[in-house]
Amino acid sequence: MSTLYRRRKRRDVIMMTLSFLATIVGVGWLVLILGVLVWEGLAGLSLRVFTEMTPPPGADGGLLNPIIGSLIITALAVAIGTPVGILAGTYMAEYGRHSRLSTVVRFVNDILLSAPSIVVGLFIYEVMVAPMGHFSGLAGAVALAVIVIPVVVRTTEDMLRLVPDQMREAAAALGIPRANVIRSICYRAAGAGMLTGVLLAIARISGETAPLLFTALNNQFFSTDLNAPMASLPAVIFQFALSPYKDWQKLAWTGALVITVAVLALSIVARALAAPRKMP
Amino acid sequence: MIDVTLRKNGARTRALPTRGRILQRLRRNDAIYRNVTRGAAIGVLVLLGGVIVALIDGSMPAWRAFGFGFLASERWNPVTENFGALAPIYGTVVTALIAMVIAVPIGLLISVFLTELCPTWLKRPVGTAIELLAGIPSIIFGIWGLFVFAPFLQGTLQPFLITVFGNVPVLSSLFAGPPYGIGVLTASLILAIMVLPFITSISRDVFEQVQAVLKEAAYGIGCTTWEVVWNVVIPYTRVGIIGGIMLGLGRALGETMAVTFVIGNAHKISASLLAPGTTISAAIANEFTEAVGDLYTASLIALGLILFVITFFVLAISRYMLARIERRIG
Repeated sequence: MSTLYRRRKRRDVIMMTLSFLATIVGVGWLVLILGVLVWEGLAGLSLRVFTEMTPPPGADGGLLNPIIGSLIITALAVAIGTPVGILAGTYMAEYGRHSRLSTVVRFVNDILLSAPSIVVGLFIYEVMVAPMGHFSGLAGAVALAVIVIPVVVRTTEDMLRLVPDQMREAAAALGIPRANVIRSICYRAAGAGMLTGVLLAIARISGETAPLLFTALNNQFFSTDLNAPMASLPAVIFQFALSPYKDWQKLAWTGALVITVAVLALSIVARALAAPRKMP
Repeated sequence: MIDVTLRKNGARTRALPTRGRILQRLRRNDAIYRNVTRGAAIGVLVLLGGVIVALIDGSMPAWRAFGFGFLASERWNPVTENFGALAPIYGTVVTALIAMVIAVPIGLLISVFLTELCPTWLKRPVGTAIELLAGIPSIIFGIWGLFVFAPFLQGTLQPFLITVFGNVPVLSSLFAGPPYGIGVLTASLILAIMVLPFITSISRDVFEQVQAVLKEAAYGIGCTTWEVVWNVVIPYTRVGIIGGIMLGLGRALGETMAVTFVIGNAHKISASLLAPGTTISAAIANEFTEAVGDLYTASLIALGLILFVITFFVLAISRYMLARIERRIG
């Protein structure tokens, strides 16, 4: 009896120690990666990074054109993806809450949410780059918009579903049409949550590399022409990190740090906005 | 009183046409909004359909040239335009599976710690940290893998594996060859680190859905913490855990940047895990812009189609499992 008891006790202690160690190793490992990133990234960080163009190998320079390019592509992607995502999410949470279409869209949306982003790049290459005959910043933005849509659809639907039905019923009892109930009451009540979804989407796409590789491609020079290849931070990091030049590798680390700080800041703001609500 | 009634009546008779028109307009606007939102929802379906159609259409030349032999051939020769998908498929599956074998037990143990052992004040910070880490772009893991992790493995773990398993029958071929640093094993380890936050946060969420009464009952009859986890929490959340694992697997299969940096991009299947290999996404990322000729491009798009089909099924199973546990608990 007492040996059985001791064995059970011992197994418990072993497994709990293991789970404690797993936490230390898991979290520590990730912190280690961030530490290296900050260490290597800070070494190359200076004002020049934000004011100068990408250099040829062996020269000094910064990351101005990829940063601007990333901002343009991201802004455009959000401008394209957000309205579509919010409208589709509205249908699923309001008009067609129990319709079969919503069930199917919900499933498809979840698939798109986790689909490999490189496949999205191939898709946009097929439908935009190949017919147009050249790579373009616009194609990059559309590719990222395809990634934005499922994120926004998901959060919009979840947040609208948290709006109590009594509010809709009260508004409907006043004779307000459905469309106005949705726009003036539901959107207002779920606003912060929906904004969170958009911020999360921005955080998600600002580090995406794979879909940009063969849509926006890259550009050595400063360009705001949406119809031409456009530099972006992730694509430049990819190119510079794999190059044999030390200066370029250093800039890649700095770029990686810039992206990570931006992504973490966006996620934290999104989290703070959604704090009173339950996150999806 | 009469006045009021009169005024009311008068107002109504005069306002009736306008009022009717306003109502009509509102009704029309409502119908328009309904259809616009419906159109957007259908647009999401069209998007998925478009992806599938575009990939099939773009990969047609490859299927026509190689048929289903494309799936079974290891050749990849851009010069003679002879392509086969076996090596990337093998690399994708092997790296993802090794990553899961490492990440799943660690992720589950972390969730056990977070739900059963962790003091309340530490729960939120650690949980939030893990969720934030899930959002870090994969290119960060890639660049870290290339500059820090691969040289580290080359100097430590890989020579160790080679000497330790050098004389063990099966394992010696698994860990054979010179320590390149980059290769299948390195890519798998980085994938494991990447999917760890996903698996942890999902399994923590499903663990937390277990009703306190169930756990308290088990503690009440004298179970140890581990026995509660093993006999109550895990059986109760089994479906959800599998769903979470499949979701992580979906990520690992489709992950591009973290792998591309460290896999070595060699289109061959080696028994050794230390040798360079390739995955579907790494092959596409590395070669697509340099692909000359329709057949080369089509073959890479065909790889993309294969990847999409594999992840589609994995994700569909995952969603089905997660929906099942939600229905049971919710």
